Amino acid sequence: MVVTSVQQQMQQSFQTHVDENLLLDCMRCGFCLSSCPTYLHMEQDEAQSPRGRIALMKAVRDGLVPFDASIEHSFDLCLGCRACEPACPAGVQYGALIEQTREAVQEVKRSSFVEKTTRNIVFDRLFVEQKNMERAVSLLHLYQKTGLQKVVRKIGFLNLFPKHLKTMEASLPAVAKKVQPLKQAKSATMKVAFFTGCLMDTLYRETNDKTVSLLRMLGVEVVIPDQQSCCGALHGHSGELKRGKQNLIHNVELFDSDDYTYIVNNAGGCGAFLKEYEKHLSSDKRYHEKAIRFSEKTIDISSLLVKAGLLEYLATLPQQVKKTVVTYQDSCHLRNVNKVFNEPRMILQALPNVQFKELPSANTCCGSAGIYNLLQPALAGEILTTKMTTIKALEPAVVVTANPGCLLQIQAGIHKEQLGSSIQAAHIVDFLYNSIANYSKIS
Amino acid sequence: MNNIAIEKITEIIGEKYVKSSTAQLLAYSYDATANFQRLPELVISPQSTEEIAEVLKICNNYNVPIIPRGSGTNLAAGTVPYDGGVVILFNRMNQILNFDKENLTITVQPGIISENLCQFVEAHGLFYPPDPSSMKISTIGGNVSENSGGLRGLKYGVTKDYVKGLQVVLPNGDILETGGKLAKDVAGYDLTSLFVGAEGTLGVVTAITLKLIPLPSYKMTSIAYFQSLEDAARTVSNIIASKIIPVTLEFLDKKTIIAVEQFMKIGLSTDVEAMLLLEQDGEKHQVEQDIHEMVRIAKEHGALFTQIAQDEQEAEQIKTARRVALSALAKLKPTVILEDATVPRSELAKMVKKINDISEKHRVNIATFGHAGDGNLHPTCLTDLRDEEEMHRVEVAFEEIFEAALELGGTITGEHGVGEMKAPYLEWKIGSVGIAVMKNIKQAFDPNNIMNPGKLFAKETKKRVVVHGGN
Repeated sequence: MVVTSVQQQMQQSFQTHVDENLLLDCMRCGFCLSSCPTYLHMEQDEAQSPRGRIALMKAVRDGLVPFDASIEHSFDLCLGCRACEPACPAGVQYGALIEQTREAVQEVKRSSFVEKTTRNIVFDRLFVEQKNMERAVSLLHLYQKTGLQKVVRKIGFLNLFPKHLKTMEASLPAVAKKVQPLKQAKSATMKVAFFTGCLMDTLYRETNDKTVSLLRMLGVEVVIPDQQSCCGALHGHSGELKRGKQNLIHNVELFDSDDYTYIVNNAGGCGAFLKEYEKHLSSDKRYHEKAIRFSEKTIDISSLLVKAGLLEYLATLPQQVKKTVVTYQDSCHLRNVNKVFNEPRMILQALPNVQFKELPSANTCCGSAGIYNLLQPALAGEILTTKMTTIKALEPAVVVTANPGCLLQIQAGIHKEQLGSSIQAAHIVDFLYNSIANYSKIS
Repeated sequence: MNNIAIEKITEIIGEKYVKSSTAQLLAYSYDATANFQRLPELVISPQSTEEIAEVLKICNNYNVPIIPRGSGTNLAAGTVPYDGGVVILFNRMNQILNFDKENLTITVQPGIISENLCQFVEAHGLFYPPDPSSMKISTIGGNVSENSGGLRGLKYGVTKDYVKGLQVVLPNGDILETGGKLAKDVAGYDLTSLFVGAEGTLGVVTAITLKLIPLPSYKMTSIAYFQSLEDAARTVSNIIASKIIPVTLEFLDKKTIIAVEQFMKIGLSTDVEAMLLLEQDGEKHQVEQDIHEMVRIAKEHGALFTQIAQDEQEAEQIKTARRVALSALAKLKPTVILEDATVPRSELAKMVKKINDISEKHRVNIATFGHAGDGNLHPTCLTDLRDEEEMHRVEVAFEEIFEAALELGGTITGEHGVGEMKAPYLEWKIGSVGIAVMKNIKQAFDPNNIMNPGKLFAKETKKRVVVHGGN
């Protein structure tokens, strides 16, 4: 029977890809449950919890249950936010397990046409070569520049598309402006390489320029190696690691130099994946050592700015009377994988024009999660609504984020709730740069 | 399971709240107990007592097993289906029904998370003391059904000491109300007590009235390290003998300390044999006096060094160290089997030594931690269930541990319950008369044996390793 053979293939694929030892690390204590956004948003459904998903992985692997749509749905709905990892006292590597699972499923499953097309465009075209991404983004810029955007919006062309795409479209950033370099405050003491990231280097070119400007201001010499590849995170999270592996190897080679102390990035999602290159390439004899060096050197922009003396610099600026109420939404990956959550808050608190207010549940996912908000719009929307409820209650003027996906999502939330006139979302680099630049104008 | 029964249940609960997909059945096929797993046939989330009553009538008619389940943090396989049946969830029954500040009681639905309940009453200056380590996720209904204990058991007792009244749906669909808000009530049999710790074998608890007490105004925490288990145990006995009842008096052995420190990195000393965690609460001057006296007693009985937490944060860190003990140990090996042997606290040192001897004799890796103050120990075996030969030795070792606990006047479970896992040992503790009485009680409430079958009573009792002693 055909069905049986697919079942057998699936079980075999799970046995090949999903590490039994990692599965057995889970002792089913349930401590992860209350940290899981999908469990909480789906009426405490155990099948939508980390413990449940691990049990499902094991059951499929052991042949205890047949793999079916309900099981696949459970894996698909996982955001991959990894909030369960810090909550897990037994140290279960859930992130690795869900990636392995998705790889196992992808290998056997024949994707639906829509998903297959999306996947092909996203994984084989857009996120492999920077050129493709640039081309896509310049089309977008043309679209915005020519006024086509306005026309399209006016005639309701977008109504033909699903609602969630429409919301996302409205959140796309405007065409990049030229960034004025900040005045250097310290002489050069450190040299770093900048991992520019594909979204950050195209859609958010301005943010990248500001990143470089901020680092140079603090006396950090920034090198930007040419021909960088997409980090591969989206591939990894979607079970397409094989397709993404060439990116990893390319980057590891490209950045392998004793010339600089750190490899800095400004996107939480990429940063977490870069930090785990050494895991993803652990079975590759040729590249593993280079990958270890690469991952060790990887640092996020907030941490590097603090290391480079940003807080001391900000302390020299006089306090401003009028302060903007600012809050911070964690990037799940920056927080849960790279364990960076103090530095961005320290920076915001040190800004002389900011009154920092902690966002309750800032550590929970906003629903963006890579391309999750495109693949699972309903649940992503519900999670975003919850997030927006806490944001509204706090009444900040600015919600600062540290990852392009989160930024887009929060902007979509603000747009959806029609809060654009009172609340803005900003990447931490943009917010910081603008604050300092404004300040210099004032003085 | 009979299709008509499924249809009828679905009609009552509503399709949206009936789960039967492969993923969902699998997700409710286990709890936190290692090596137990069986699929249910249906999972339902009712929203009222009345719905549950209707469902039970159907199950009683069609002989369908019913397994009430909280968050599945059980450690004796109490919520693992035994032979198919319907798992009842309480995620839609998690409301506070009545908060009575005059009578100091709170009435809640079973699905409320224990920690949320505690936080709610504490915000009003009141206190619900039972604090099982799983309280962050476990439900109050689960705590009541398992009669859960916790770190504060020594001074404040366990769940049963706070349950004043219950609403229970019986297998025939009748709704029973027991107890209530009264401080004094001696009318008839104490049915409330009967249902607390019944592990869902007599009926489905649908509302719980709990006693609250004033929230202590102050607490202090300290730790003491020892070079020998005996010194730690003697300290425990002497603290109690000095008429101090601390809120918490916890014990960690060397293996546990190392595991926790590896995981938490909070600066615990790992070159010692045992550690005691001491906490007192109450009025500030009394708390300070007690803590300093306990530290003095510890030093007098060989404590290598002691440390008093300087602030709430440090205290919290120390307590977290104890709470995560089980999970930290779990990091070390694929399978972790946590036991729940309990002895009179005067026998603590002997019991710990016996556990160590048994573990050596059978070449199995057992770490021990637990509630020294109330003699409730958690010998925890680190193993790998894929190793059948070792698993057999683990089983024999645990039999001997229960045996040893009973010989010292102890019991086979202090707070986790019997469930399916320890059913073969229940007779060791309560004897054949005890079993007969309990079975008769069960028969009176649940003649068709639909309520969580396969729990408490095993098909066969394990043979005692040693014949003498016990009880």
